[in-house]
Amino acid sequence: MDVLVAEHVAKRFGALTALRDVNLRLEKGEVLGLIGDNGAGKSTLIKVICGFHQPDSGRLVVNGQEVTLRSVDHARSLGIDTVYQGLALINELSVYHNMFLNRELRVGPLLNNRAMRRLARAHLEDMGVNIPNVNSEVAKLSGGQRQAVAVARAVYSDAKILLLDEPLAAMGAKEGTLILDLIRDLKARGEVSVIIIAHNYAQVLDVCDRVNLLQHGTITFDKPTADVSLDELTELVVAEYRARRTRGNGGG
Amino acid sequence: MTGTLPRQQETPAQRDRRLLTLLRTGGTVLVRWREASVLIVAIAMAIYFRAANDVFLTHDNLRNIAQATAPAAIVAVGIVMLLVSGEIDLSVGVVAALAPFLVHYAIDNYGIPVIPAFLIAFAISALIGFCNGFIVTKFKVPSLVATLGSYYLLLGILLTTSHAYPAQIPEAAQGRIQSIFGAADWSSLIWCLGVVAFYHIVLTRTRWGLHTISVGGNLIGATEAGIRVNRIKIGNFMMASMLGALAGILEAFRINSIDPNIGGGTALVFTAISAAVIGGTALAGGSGTVIGALLGALILAELQNGFNLIGISANPFNIILGSAILLSMIANQYLSRLRRTGGG
Repeated sequence: MDVLVAEHVAKRFGALTALRDVNLRLEKGEVLGLIGDNGAGKSTLIKVICGFHQPDSGRLVVNGQEVTLRSVDHARSLGIDTVYQGLALINELSVYHNMFLNRELRVGPLLNNRAMRRLARAHLEDMGVNIPNVNSEVAKLSGGQRQAVAVARAVYSDAKILLLDEPLAAMGAKEGTLILDLIRDLKARGEVSVIIIAHNYAQVLDVCDRVNLLQHGTITFDKPTADVSLDELTELVVAEYRARRTRGNGGG
Repeated sequence: MTGTLPRQQETPAQRDRRLLTLLRTGGTVLVRWREASVLIVAIAMAIYFRAANDVFLTHDNLRNIAQATAPAAIVAVGIVMLLVSGEIDLSVGVVAALAPFLVHYAIDNYGIPVIPAFLIAFAISALIGFCNGFIVTKFKVPSLVATLGSYYLLLGILLTTSHAYPAQIPEAAQGRIQSIFGAADWSSLIWCLGVVAFYHIVLTRTRWGLHTISVGGNLIGATEAGIRVNRIKIGNFMMASMLGALAGILEAFRINSIDPNIGGGTALVFTAISAAVIGGTALAGGSGTVIGALLGALILAELQNGFNLIGISANPFNIILGSAILLSMIANQYLSRLRRTGGG
């Protein structure tokens, strides 16, 4: 069953056409890799799906129902959550406060720190995320741990469709493995469907079920990762790069 | 292995380790509980001035110090909330001067009873804070500039309406109300401690405080997490303004005259910002302490008072104040780096 379908989605910013005609679908429990060159429209597409941008035309179907996402909060209420590159973590706050950011548990007007601490610890453990101390400031965590906290937070808030914007950017091999394991764990549970924007095609092939290539605001390639090789993926993107260079030289 | 090893059987090595742990804990307390270092300075200063002059710790002089600390600390609490959320308000000092005039205008010019007059003064102060916050959040004017503008605007209104002359405390407000709001010996200190306790809890134990830290620490992140960042900022501007009004009313009732020069200069707000900064609040937003601001205000009051007693003129006071701000800022940077790298 498809949890998310985008049909003929288009989005323009003034003279710039970011999304021309996007058709995308996401199955339940699936991990979809979204690749494409810089400026292909990946971030715009993610922002349309998470309710940040409203598309100029086309339709979105979430869990079989056509929806017009009014805001990020609206999308979140439908179970669509995004982990941005910036992660939306507050360095100055503890791990558990970040886990419950804007969904704090309270006793009367006061924060219920004990309960939040306990639940955060349990949830991170449950997801296999190893954070030595939920009391420590997020600033003290490594890049991978921060990413893991952000993902765990989204999952904890009952996200059913998780959008990960370059979760592996600027991450060492060990840290990257941590995140890939986390995504694999999610996949094994089958409750959460994930769209990952990524630049590292080897990792995309490693963890994703299917891969979509976005070029010039439209999806030009859609195959299960089982039927696709790293060379093929690389060749696709390089071909585009060459074509553009030739065009650029010719037109220059 | 009962786990009830008596202390006497400790080997020297164990004792050394225990001592080391103790020292490390002490260091951690200093790094973690940043108010501790400010408290130590405040106490050291009290000891020094007591040694230099017997009068320093007498009942009467302690009251003087308390009365100098209170208004600065109350304003500083509002400044801390703003600084933590990444903003500042230079106009609170004028609000402090304006508020008792508003009470005076309401009672003496419009015949409004005392309590409603107070409520009107606080409501107008809140409105001023709202306007500051609105200009900062909606028109994206940096708060330093926006509130510099409102500082002059309000100062102009204050001086024009009061003709730059002090006014009497309205008759209706004299007596019990005047005593409660500043005139009684320890009244302003009690208000101050109440405000500090309340906002300490707000900043550290409530959703509002958490979101204030988030907004100042990572504005984009807080927005993405769904926090209504403008509401937090505007709310803090409103509270800072109302705290300014409270400080101004307490001060006017204490000195028994409504004086346009109380906070009309930059003294009150600058003292409050200094207190906040000395207390360990970073200008960059995201962190700060209300109790630290109280201790900062106490240090400044001790300094001014102690210098007076020793007979040093008020002029070099600014040298000390300036150095104190610079040193505490440098220490702040250093300590927060230490904290970041896991020094605790």
